[in-house]
Order: sequence, then C-alpha cells, then structure tokens
Amino acid sequence: MKKIFQYTLYDLIRSRWTLFYLGFFLLLTTVLLAFSGDISKVVISLMNVVLILCPLIATMFGVMYAYNSREFTELLLAQPIKRTSIFWGQYFGLGVSLSLSLAIGIGGPFLFYGLFATGEIWNFFILIANGVMLSLIFSGLAFLIALRNENRIKGFGLAILTWLFFAVIYDGIMLLLLVFFREYPLEPLALSLSLFNPIDLSRILILLKLDISALMGYTGAVFEKFLGTGLGITIAFFVLLFWVGLPALAIRRVAGRKDF
Amino acid sequence: MISIHQLHKSYGKLPVLKGISLEFNAPGSVTAILGPNGSGKTTLMKSILGMVLPDQGDILVEGRSIKGQWAYRHQIDYLPQIARFPENLRVRELIAFLQDLRQGTTREAELIRMFGLEEQLDKRLNNLSGGTKQKVNLVLAFMYDSPVLILDEPTSGLDPIAMLRLKEFIQAERKRGKLILITTHIIHFVEEMADEIVFLLEGNIYFRGSQEELKARFGETSLERAIAAILGAGKTEMNGKASPSLFNSSTLQLLNS
Repeated sequence: MKKIFQYTLYDLIRSRWTLFYLGFFLLLTTVLLAFSGDISKVVISLMNVVLILCPLIATMFGVMYAYNSREFTELLLAQPIKRTSIFWGQYFGLGVSLSLSLAIGIGGPFLFYGLFATGEIWNFFILIANGVMLSLIFSGLAFLIALRNENRIKGFGLAILTWLFFAVIYDGIMLLLLVFFREYPLEPLALSLSLFNPIDLSRILILLKLDISALMGYTGAVFEKFLGTGLGITIAFFVLLFWVGLPALAIRRVAGRKDF
Repeated sequence: MISIHQLHKSYGKLPVLKGISLEFNAPGSVTAILGPNGSGKTTLMKSILGMVLPDQGDILVEGRSIKGQWAYRHQIDYLPQIARFPENLRVRELIAFLQDLRQGTTREAELIRMFGLEEQLDKRLNNLSGGTKQKVNLVLAFMYDSPVLILDEPTSGLDPIAMLRLKEFIQAERKRGKLILITTHIIHFVEEMADEIVFLLEGNIYFRGSQEELKARFGETSLERAIAAILGAGKTEMNGKASPSLFNSSTLQLLNS
C-alpha cells in the first residue's frame, strides 16, 4: 500500500489541478491577510471557504482521478498485490495530495504573516485539520461512487449530488424539520442529525473552538448548551474521524467484490 | 499449470462465460484464444488474473485455487488490452514504479532496446503516441520473465518493425518454455504464432485444437476461411434464437483482417 500511495501522491502533486488548487488557496489567504490583517477574522473567512470548497474539490478530484486511473488500476490488479492495498493507496494518495495543497496554500501565507506570534495557532490548526478531514471524507465518497458506477456521467452526477446534499440540501431539510416541529423539544433531534453530516460537524467544531456564538446557528448552539464547549469539540472531532474511516472501509468492501 | 473448472460468469443478466473448462499444461506453447467481440475472451483472461470474480467454478494455478489469493500472480505476466498510464509520470519512473511494486529481477533494458524506447524514457506518458504507449505496455508486461504470459491484443497500434520484434520475442519465449496465451483479431498473427487455438463462441468453447485440425474439420484451406465457417455454422445453429450481436462488425473485422 505504501508504494501505491507514494506513486499516486507523486503523480498527483505534479498535476496541473493540484497546482491550481494550491495557487488558489495561496492567493486567497494572502489577499485576505493583506486586506484585514486580523488573523482570527481571516480564519473565520477561510472557514466558510474550506467548508464549501474542500468537499467540492475533493469530490470532483476523487471521481476524476478514479475514472482516469481506471486502466492503470487494471494493470496494478494484475500484479501480485492485494486489492485493498491498491485502492487504499490511491485513496490516501489523493486525500494527502489535496490536504497538502490546502495546508501549504493556507499555512504558507499565515506563517509569513507571523502566525506564531499570535495566540491563533490552535484556531489555525483546527481549520486545517477540518479541511484535511473533509478532503479525505469527500474524496473517499467520490472514490466509492466511481467504483460502484461504470458509467462516468452517472458517477459524476451522483458525486456532485452527494456534495450538494451535504453542503446545501441537508441543512434545508433540517431547517424544515425544525420549523414544522417547533412545538416539540428538538434539541436531541438536531444534535443527532448534525452528526450525520460531516460538513455540519466541521462547522460546529470550528465555531466551538473559535467561540463565536453569533455564527454558531441552531445546531452549534445546541451543541454548546448540551455538551459544553470541551465535550462538544471532542465529540465532533471523533465523529468526524469516524466519518474519515467510513469511506475507507466501504472502499475495501466494494473493491473486494468488484469485477474489473 | 492453469486449470479452469466449469467457469461461469455473467455481468448482470448477461451471461459471458457459460461453464468453461480448460487446461493449459504445455510449457513452451502458444495458445490463441479467438472469438468474436463479446465472446468472453477478455473475461476469461481476467478471471485467471483474479480481476474478474467468477460466479461459479474455480481456477487452479499450479494446483492451488486462486480464490482470494494474490501471490500466485508472481507466476503471470499480463499485457492489458488498453494501454493507459498515470499522465504525469515519465516512462522511466513508471518502469521504476512497477519494479518497486513487484520486487525481483527484471530485464527492462533488453526490452527497451528491442522496441527502441531509449529516446522516450524521459518523456511524460501523456505525450506519447498510442503505438509508443503500447510499446511501454509491452516492456512492463514482459520485464519480469514469469513462466506464464497472458497477452490481450498485443499487436494493437504497433508499427511493422515493432510487430516483427514482438513476434520474434514471443517465439523466443516459447522456446524458453513459457506458457503463452494470446487473444487477437489478426489472423495472420495467429497463423504464424499459435500452436493451439481455443475458439470461444457465446461463452462456450466451440473448438479446441491445432490449426490443422481446425482447417480439416471445416474442410477449408486457410485459417481465415475456417473461422468464417465457424461463424457461419454458429449462425445456422442459432437460427431460431436470433442473436444479431454476434454477427455484426466484429465478424466482419475477423473476416477482413
């Protein structure tokens, strides 16, 4: 698995798209820092970008890479290696290359602006960790979709739909539920529903850490009220980790039974 | 070396292999697996490699079932039908990658010389032409010197010189005692290379034997005509069933090549 991972990473970090992605974050972070100068405000601005963009890019990259490497995967499958090693290697290679673009793209300008001199190091770290986890989760989901669908158009459609569901539709449904059932105590429902959406979890995690109640929204507030900041952060973090493991296990299962 | 017992495979509702049993035991022989498009040639080869998982039946390599195994693939060199590689790697890096992946002695230098790839080694794979990619594919497939060679359409996109080199190479490998399985649509290639022919039709083995036997059985003087006769016979046998998919362009391709 290590070797497949290494070469996937090596192949991907030289792809134009990875460089483009890196360039985008470098530019955005530099511009934000230059215009505001307040690191904690920049972290909040970047949070919104990371929450929407990381899953989207990871999803697109994931399906694209899985479909593009299809024939080469066949060549790998004919080699004396385990199937799981091939697909996990590719998945982690993809996830890590995306994460590197993110970490360098955001981290570089922050370091340049004297991140260590301020007390924001942990907030920054939480932002990056969330971006990395979201990248892993969504590239894994995309990989899974590509594995299950031979038809590329269908695969792309489903992948985009998955992103749209978690980024937009899920919140809409939750809001509707809350409005319809406002007579009832909804906190436990809201709490458990937000656990099933990695983007929501990430948002809550970052906002709890930054302690900005104005931006927290209903679910964030419920999290804080019921679990307190410390426990809320811990739970959100571990559920996110669970979310990272989920596609990896599913990839193993699907890849083990698939015909190539 | 390789024995296949009652292999069944269908993709969804479409049956591709319907109970194939085959033994490949003679080292130093070339077996051509022929059949129209969609007759199950590639599926059969991929089943041997464990890329396609059979619905029923078993495949033994060196007497051991391959179900859930992977180490047996050290015995097999496989040439896939479509040559596509990671776009951003150079040829040299790709070769190094596969060597790294599958430890053991390799003989890529000889193969690179044979196909004249020295100039291309530092080019990125997405800048190579189709024929050159196929040459890279051949180098990757042959560099391990394993006892079994499985070649899926080895001639696609090759120029005449490379084709000649490939034929010489396969002949030499046969002399060295390798078990070689080839699928191709190029009948001249089969005539020149194959010791034995396995003809698949609609997921069954329609014929197995030498070229002479095939010609004798259908009373034809050339292999091309014998194959045409098989497809013609298949047509009359299945008159009632109407199976247009079998006798479309693939048949023509077989006849014209």
